[in-house]
Amino acid sequence: MLRLMASMRFREDFHVRVSMTVNGRNVSGEVEGRTLLVEFLREGLHLTGTHVGCDTSQCGACTVHVDGMQVKACSMFAAEADGAQVATIEGVAANDGTLSAIQQAFQDHHGLQCGFCTPGMVMAAASLLKANPKPTEHEVREHLEGNICRCTGYHNIVKAIMAASGQEMPALAAE
Amino acid sequence: MPKDSGIGASSKRREDVRFLTGSGNYTDDINIFGQLHVHFLRADMAHAKLNGVDTAAAEAMPGVHRVFTGADFEAVGGIPCGWLITDRFGQPMQEPRHPVLAHGKIRHVGEPICAVVADTLAQARDAAEAIVLDYETLPAVIDMKAAVSDSSVKVHEELTSNLCYDWGFVEDNRDAVDAAIKGAAHVTTLELVNNRLVANPMEPRVAVGEYNRSDDMHTLHTTSQNPHVIRLLMGAFVLGIPEHKLRVVAPDVGGGFGTKIFHYAEEAFCTFAAKALNRPVKWTSTRSEAFMSDAHGRDHVTKIELALDADNNFVAVRTETYANMGAYLSTFASSVPTWLHGTLMAGNYKTPHVYVNVKAVFTNTVPVDAYRGAGRPEATYQLERVIDMAARELGVDPIALRRQNFITEFPYATPVAVEYDTGDYHATMDKLEEIADFAGFKARRAESERNGKLRGLGINCYIEACGIAPSNLVGQLGARAGLYDAATVRVNATGSISVMVGAHSHGQGHETSFPQVISEMIGIPEDQITIVHGDTSKIPFGMGTYGSRSLAVCGSAMVRAAEKVINKAKKIAAHLLEASDGDIELKDGRFSVAGTDKSVAWGDVTLAAYVPHNYPLTDIEPGLEETAFYDPANFTYPSGAYACEVELDPETGHVKIDRFSAADDFGNIINPMIVTGQVHGGIAQGIGQAMLEGCVYDADGQLLSASYMDYAMPRALDVPFYTVDHSCQTPCTHNPLGVKGCGEAGAIGSPPSVVNAVIDAIASGSGKAVAHIDMPLTPSRVWAAMQ
Repeated sequence: MLRLMASMRFREDFHVRVSMTVNGRNVSGEVEGRTLLVEFLREGLHLTGTHVGCDTSQCGACTVHVDGMQVKACSMFAAEADGAQVATIEGVAANDGTLSAIQQAFQDHHGLQCGFCTPGMVMAAASLLKANPKPTEHEVREHLEGNICRCTGYHNIVKAIMAASGQEMPALAAE
Repeated sequence: MPKDSGIGASSKRREDVRFLTGSGNYTDDINIFGQLHVHFLRADMAHAKLNGVDTAAAEAMPGVHRVFTGADFEAVGGIPCGWLITDRFGQPMQEPRHPVLAHGKIRHVGEPICAVVADTLAQARDAAEAIVLDYETLPAVIDMKAAVSDSSVKVHEELTSNLCYDWGFVEDNRDAVDAAIKGAAHVTTLELVNNRLVANPMEPRVAVGEYNRSDDMHTLHTTSQNPHVIRLLMGAFVLGIPEHKLRVVAPDVGGGFGTKIFHYAEEAFCTFAAKALNRPVKWTSTRSEAFMSDAHGRDHVTKIELALDADNNFVAVRTETYANMGAYLSTFASSVPTWLHGTLMAGNYKTPHVYVNVKAVFTNTVPVDAYRGAGRPEATYQLERVIDMAARELGVDPIALRRQNFITEFPYATPVAVEYDTGDYHATMDKLEEIADFAGFKARRAESERNGKLRGLGINCYIEACGIAPSNLVGQLGARAGLYDAATVRVNATGSISVMVGAHSHGQGHETSFPQVISEMIGIPEDQITIVHGDTSKIPFGMGTYGSRSLAVCGSAMVRAAEKVINKAKKIAAHLLEASDGDIELKDGRFSVAGTDKSVAWGDVTLAAYVPHNYPLTDIEPGLEETAFYDPANFTYPSGAYACEVELDPETGHVKIDRFSAADDFGNIINPMIVTGQVHGGIAQGIGQAMLEGCVYDADGQLLSASYMDYAMPRALDVPFYTVDHSCQTPCTHNPLGVKGCGEAGAIGSPPSVVNAVIDAIASGSGKAVAHIDMPLTPSRVWAAMQ
């Protein structure tokens, strides 16, 4: 049972009780009807790896998986995720800390700088490679349409995702 | 064979693991027990007289602790400007008061008027709706030239006009420049706009103020590139808190690009309110708030004239620029269009006469300040566009025209006060011609034309000035701060090392690259070295990270401190080895006596320093920890040559960036992987400025581009893979690492080549000639220009 922060307690008439599975763990809590899934994750569950970079569902920093689908956690209410299986960046690496193939590729190919967009990028990449294990460069770029990075110019993110799919790009490897 | 550690190795970034696993500690991830939340009621009008604020209803709302207004801040200082500019008549710039919360007057959309502090953010937002403002709307001043020519509406009543300053550089050269232009064989004139941008680091700004009544200690957690600068500005000038009672922490920061250099009202508010309410107070900017409260960048309107003699030698450059300051002077706003811009107007060229005039103007818009490159992109864009235009007018090859006028001998004193120490502009241009495959352009153009498209190739050169210093010089130029940096090298007893640095890493990878330097110097593994940054209670007084200065300035301080450590360690080693310290050599983590097989390991010496049983206590102190402050003798001057190739659809005006190549000279390189990544990101921001980004106000001062729905930033499909090379290296002559700085080059060097490429593409078609299109080159602008 979760201990919720004071910030999650609202007037009774707005209360909604939600239960969901997050990274394999059963969680529940009381939220306001207007509480977004990303707010529940960050403030209610203290899973602060999912970031908020905008307020118009444009930037993708809050990308998570809900029932296996790639979702911007700012674009659904916590109450809408009631009963769902939610996966966040905190659940991607193995329990012993070993990075996933995508995470490792991001480090190997310098696919991140400030790191703020990175959790969303990793979750978006995982979703892509699940559906399309050998994407073309264009398909990678197309899939990242909803994720903005201001640091890398995307070059090394695209390289990392291609590498994670087993498609090293030798022409670029020297960089 | 590439190195696998130390200077020159592409060491993988150690900070990545926490960012990749969601374990970063960004300011918004900090929640302090008992914290309250603040929501700022911001102006939705650009200019108004504020007669009164009624907060009674809001204060009665559930969960509200207090509603603050401008009146609460009358007793504290205004937000200060860090650079005093003296105008061309010898007068100081006009410097208006910049209140924490608006008081009596509202001067731009987004200006904070009231601050509602409540138990929850939702309660604070709800309560802000109940605040009643009594105000009279005033006409807004938005257009810079109108603001100067008509003083009937003033942004600040207490000033004589909307002109902050009229700066001439170098004023004494003005007549000579005029004469040279009059007598020139050819003069190319270009009027252009350097579009207003919003820096948009992906992490919005956050401030969490804390106060401990028992020891009168304030702590501010904030998204800053330079925590010590914030502590000084906010403590000394705004709130009157002495340094020993104020700690500023900037933990993981999600990108800065300049806009997190400055001291902002929200930081002062949260620090102030935490004491007033005796509770932690947290503010997290929404992206919409960021658009109307983060300092914007660029926004220059310029006329530039380039004069050439009959042999196409540059003889003079004259510019007149209107630079938007916005409604208030942000921290370094006044220095950007002047010392960071005028000093670069010689570019890579031996133009004997240069005169720069800048009129800085107050308008009813968000303050404008440094954004990646800060003044140098504006200088580069003007110069490299007008050179391309001159080449086109004269019918000469734009590369040949540049090469003909390159500075080739160093050091070179420009007519705009700076002296370039090193560079090799032909070498970077040679490298560019190779990596960009100029030879294959003709075939690629023919292929595009077969597909009904136009292809253009644009190039440009750039030079920038980084690591701004020395402090005594910038002080003469009006800087109100020193521009040194500092580092403490703390060797632990068993030989591991913690380095406390004034520089701040918010994407640059200092935690990885700085240890590479120490590892190289001492010969111990990189993982034995940790970098500590971002907390004024832990680090020496350094000035932070901006202007591509971290390695050139703070890295130099670190080297100096490490040298002191090594010198002391050699004395200890000499004692242990019963030799003279002059004979001690340090290599691969061992001290040895020259010419003998006697040696002692680094760890044995460090242990002796902390367990000084067998130790020369009468001669040297125990311990092994040294601090150095480093004040550079000159700027550093990275330079390079960039090429962009575009494919243009003449039916729609759509431009695709097909190829982008960059040949840079950054001097020596510590971590090539990180340097390449910095250039990639800079290029993307430059392509963003050239193709997509534009911050737009309407005539009433409404901000039309206030979200990612309206302000277009590059996404993955908007950019190509870049070809980046930094093998041309002329090391800086005056810092110990020979490094120049690489953080801003991409953003400085890329916009002109993009625009030059589009103009080239249009010229290759059969339609009308187009001399210039202002950025961003949206399809509608390109198409309209072609009709």
